[in-house]
Amino acid sequence: MFQYLIRRLLVMVPTLLAISAIVFTIIQLPPGDYLSTLIAELQSQGETANLERIAFLREQYGLDRTPVEQYFHWLFGLLEGDLGWSFEYNLPVNQVIGDRLALSFLIAFVTVLFTYAVAFPIGIYSATHQYSWGDYGLTLLGFLGLATPSFLLALVMLYLANVWFGTSIGGLMDPEYIDAPMSWGKFVSVLEHLWIPVLVIGTSGTAAMIRRLRANLLDELQKQYFTTAKAKGLPPRRALLKYPLRMSLNPFISDIGDLLPHMISGAAIVSVVMSLPTNGPMLLAALRSQDMYLAGSFLMIEAVLIVVGVFLSDLALAALDPRIRLHGGATK
Amino acid sequence: MSGAPVTSDEKLPHYVRREPFDAYDGERLDPKLESYYMATQWRLMWWKLKRHRLAVWSGVFLLLMYASILVSEMIAPYASGTRNTDFIYAPPQAVHLFHDGKFVGPFVYGLDYSLDLDTLKRNYTPNPDKVQKLRFFCSGDRYEWMGLVAGSFHFVCPAEGGTFFFFGTDRLGRDVFSRLAYGTRISLTIGLIGVTIKFILGIVLGGLAGYYGGWVDMAIQRLIEIIRSFPELPLWMALSASLPVSWSPLYIYFGITLILGMIGWTGLGRAVRSKLLSLREEDFCTAANLMGASPRRIIFRHLVPSFMSHLIASATLAIPTMILGETALSFLGLGLRPPITSWGVLLTEAQNINVVALYPWLLLPVLPVIATVLAFNFLGDGLRDAADPYK
Repeated sequence: MFQYLIRRLLVMVPTLLAISAIVFTIIQLPPGDYLSTLIAELQSQGETANLERIAFLREQYGLDRTPVEQYFHWLFGLLEGDLGWSFEYNLPVNQVIGDRLALSFLIAFVTVLFTYAVAFPIGIYSATHQYSWGDYGLTLLGFLGLATPSFLLALVMLYLANVWFGTSIGGLMDPEYIDAPMSWGKFVSVLEHLWIPVLVIGTSGTAAMIRRLRANLLDELQKQYFTTAKAKGLPPRRALLKYPLRMSLNPFISDIGDLLPHMISGAAIVSVVMSLPTNGPMLLAALRSQDMYLAGSFLMIEAVLIVVGVFLSDLALAALDPRIRLHGGATK
Repeated sequence: MSGAPVTSDEKLPHYVRREPFDAYDGERLDPKLESYYMATQWRLMWWKLKRHRLAVWSGVFLLLMYASILVSEMIAPYASGTRNTDFIYAPPQAVHLFHDGKFVGPFVYGLDYSLDLDTLKRNYTPNPDKVQKLRFFCSGDRYEWMGLVAGSFHFVCPAEGGTFFFFGTDRLGRDVFSRLAYGTRISLTIGLIGVTIKFILGIVLGGLAGYYGGWVDMAIQRLIEIIRSFPELPLWMALSASLPVSWSPLYIYFGITLILGMIGWTGLGRAVRSKLLSLREEDFCTAANLMGASPRRIIFRHLVPSFMSHLIASATLAIPTMILGETALSFLGLGLRPPITSWGVLLTEAQNINVVALYPWLLLPVLPVIATVLAFNFLGDGLRDAADPYK
């Protein structure tokens, strides 16, 4: 187990390095940089840019240096926890994104819990009652959930809420708490607003999870050991819970690797539609205005979150299933 | 000794069959069974797929959708840019058959316009006196078919001097249904081209990894892992934001397709690799090897056909991801931009919830998106089940 952990950790280092290089390349791709855009804009308005400040920023963030030098500057900053400077907000990126990141994490975390809580009972029911009306109905619902893109669902829900209740369900807290420091009231308000985005973001992931769990459990239920267990007179519920269910639990853990990127993707666009104060809208704005370090930080943090999430799920899987820690790979 | 002696000419009675001996007689099949046992893999797949009703109907629906993109201009009653300035935000007009209890044929009631002076909301009411009979196979707005051939033939047109807004109009008075018909062409082809790129990349890279193994496998596996560590949509967003603004809509279209395809191949690549690895160990492969078949022959003659069906199934399941990706990107304003019309571009009209609350028909482009994605999912599911006909 220890060896496995070390090996996994060592593999993560080059992966993260490669990710950082890709992120940097992507944010460098658009022609020009934020400062040149800014100067052009100011000049077109007939104003003189504060050349001193721009020169200072240019030097501080090395925009006058070669991309390779800039990359290493940024990378070493990352290692020290410095995400760079947001040109748009004129603040360090760390200060700009702190709050939003916390809310994003909160949404992602609650959505994962929601997915598990819903997918688990439904998946078991569907597998044990295969081809019953309940199974057909749930399968159809699952397909609908899988096919409905989250942002369209968000749009439709916003519209329905507007028509039925006459209120807007966008946002993540009551207006008076926006920009207010964290307090109990704010926390409660966030929780009250949270369920809609969680429902919207979690739907497709939940549907996918249900199908995976159903398929896995069905496979297990057809195996001989289960028939033997039943033939020897084990009560059905006990026979189900004791072995097949345990085996089919693997996807709950191993799917984190698929679930997390999916959810972050979904959250990004749902946040734009429902104007949630998470990193989605800010990433969009940063991409539009070429606020490269801000955009890069979001991409980087999200990728790191996913890599760490997959790492943790691999560890949990290895702890659960001896075949994996001995062979060093998931057996599907 | 008792009993008669057996003489040589007294043979034991015994049956002799005159026909020539046929060793396979017992295994002879009636023609029906024979056609079943001798059927090719693709035939078996087709039979199995036919039993999956939902998949077949989804396939028919998709075929119709794809056929429609050949004649989008003729399906649309209006040209994509036609502005009916007297009918801004007009609601959908229902098609009726009977007027005053008499059969008239498909017609719509003309719209009367009034402005609510308090809210400045435009109100349109159907006027039962204005019966506007639809014309079929008629000549209407001029267009250029695929940008090549000029024409003015439409399957359905509004009555002379009348209107026919099946799905209502948008803020510029453009017919939403016509624009949907035009958008279908862009949205559906993006899925196809994207999936082709994905397919090629997946087969080549996955095949290399599975066939060569060793460090090639290692490198490609790591590459897949890295790409999969990015959340798809933010990555798409970042990449499409980097497409130069100065590009023409056509370049943007191909750029977006390339972005969607280049990131999405990882799943397919993994599938190809693992299939190659597991099939390499199968008996038929060893047999071919022992008979002296070259690796190239083994791969293309024996291995590829045996997982091609799986690949097609997973490619079918991958198309909706592309369609949704384009829709999402265009919706955010990072993907296709007007004058190109796609479902995502149409949905940007619905971004403002206050506008949608007043003019809900702007949400109608959601319908074809969901229907298409659902159909692809059903078809892909059916294909996946059918891909293994021997099970």
